[in-house]
Amino acid sequence: MTDYDASEFLLLSGIQHFEFCERQWALIHIEQEWEENVLTIEGSHLHEKADDPFIREKRKDVLYVRGLPVHSSKLGLTGICDVVEFHKDPNGVPLQNEEGSYLPVPVEYKRGRPKKDQSDISQLVAQAICLEDMLYCKVPRGELFYHETRRRVEVEITEDLKNNVRKIAQRMHEYYARRHTPRVKTGEHCQSCSLRHICLPELLTKESVARYMKRMLAE
Amino acid sequence: MRRLLNTIYVTTPDAYLALKGENVLIIKDDETIGRVPLHNLEAICTFGHQGASPALMAACVEQNIAIVFLTSNGRFRARVIGPSNGNVVLRKTQYRISDDEQKSAHIARHFLVGKLYNAKWTLERMTRDHALRIDVEKFKRVSAHLTESMKQLMTIDDLEVLRGVEGNAASAYFSLLDDMILQQKQDFFFKGRNRRPPLDNVNALLSFAYSLLSTEVGAALEGVGLDAYVGFLHRDRPGRMSLALDMMEELRSVYADRFVLSLINLKQVQASDFLKKESGAVLMTDDARKKILQLWKDKKEEKITHPFLKEKISWGLVPHAQALLLARFIRGDIDAYPPFLWK
Repeated sequence: MTDYDASEFLLLSGIQHFEFCERQWALIHIEQEWEENVLTIEGSHLHEKADDPFIREKRKDVLYVRGLPVHSSKLGLTGICDVVEFHKDPNGVPLQNEEGSYLPVPVEYKRGRPKKDQSDISQLVAQAICLEDMLYCKVPRGELFYHETRRRVEVEITEDLKNNVRKIAQRMHEYYARRHTPRVKTGEHCQSCSLRHICLPELLTKESVARYMKRMLAE
Repeated sequence: MRRLLNTIYVTTPDAYLALKGENVLIIKDDETIGRVPLHNLEAICTFGHQGASPALMAACVEQNIAIVFLTSNGRFRARVIGPSNGNVVLRKTQYRISDDEQKSAHIARHFLVGKLYNAKWTLERMTRDHALRIDVEKFKRVSAHLTESMKQLMTIDDLEVLRGVEGNAASAYFSLLDDMILQQKQDFFFKGRNRRPPLDNVNALLSFAYSLLSTEVGAALEGVGLDAYVGFLHRDRPGRMSLALDMMEELRSVYADRFVLSLINLKQVQASDFLKKESGAVLMTDDARKKILQLWKDKKEEKITHPFLKEKISWGLVPHAQALLLARFIRGDIDAYPPFLWK
């Protein structure tokens, strides 16, 4: 597979939308629709703190970097890691201005609690792939931090998970190239979707306009 | 469906609007005469020569609040648009349809069927509610004519022919507008449409109601990412919101005409609300305009059930709902554009 040019990069955070609902992803990333709701505002508020790129801390053998921009030409994705912890590790890689070698551990901050779907994990895995591509090292694990439960969930970055992310990224690029907004099944997830007023999922199950016109004009 | 939020209408001439924290300040002669929190605002409409601060415009653009500048008579002057409406795909599809006469005609005829349907049921409602005051037979005749015209419209693929059928039907409907004025007949009469300037009280009211409606339809279209200036029935003309005019067709009678008729019939306006200039032009007094805007706002808050969506929404959201449905059709989610058919 050929690498993507930087001008073709899509937003890494879109993976999360894409796994939640492909249509939602297309509405946001192709059609540029966005509507704030309580959940999205909470989310961005939370990230304001986590994303400050000027905070760089070192405690003992761990270097904490916030708001780290990453990308992968293979995935064609670009994004920002909330926090990347660099742990001193003999299997790691040397870093600019630091002594010894380090292994990166991406940490993604999420509002709420762990989800039933894979989307948070996929986003984290995509970040791991980016870090691997940029640093030429293995990223064996990452962490999800859930704001509501204040719990860290450790995620092992497996080859299966990575393949899944590669497939998702490829599909995103296919849709994007065709500027295609898929029609997808509606379901419970529509209730918490910030775009439901724009998407109108109910419409996809409505009577046809042809029938509506016929019915109304017959009266 | 979105919630209908407040629209503030600023009618004080020469006021200045500024942002202070999360509030709009209305300033007149260095004095703050009004303060409204931004959140739960949907739009700010100003009449006359007001200015607004760049900070306020930026805040409104960010929060999806429309700022519209109108002349004191309600004619559209300018609107602040932010960078958020980035849906190029949707707009390009809209342009392609607009360039295709036949595809345009298919949408146009639905706008027009909507127009005639709503005109018809405006007449039918009159015969039902005021049978003793009007010439029922005449109304039924025009109503039948409208029904025939609707059937005809559905078979026509040609924009010129569509306009012809619609023109006939619309003038038949307008021939009854004067009959629907049941109060204050000596001051309010309708002998035909005139504008720029309106030459009688009824035309002044109609012009004002139409311009309020077109502003709202235009904003609704832009709000869902469509280009309000590129129409299907109305062809492009620089500076004209052709698509807004298209979509207004179906709402004119049921929204604006009925609003004007009830102002007169319920005696909410009087002869003293109007001034006749030497040129014959009829102007509304400032107080009348304020009163009418308040009633317009009340009307917008009334709830109805949308005939296609079957969802309870307020009248004020009807333009938004229709704009959304048009966008859904253009992006291929539904088989056609469903006009707002109200009875």
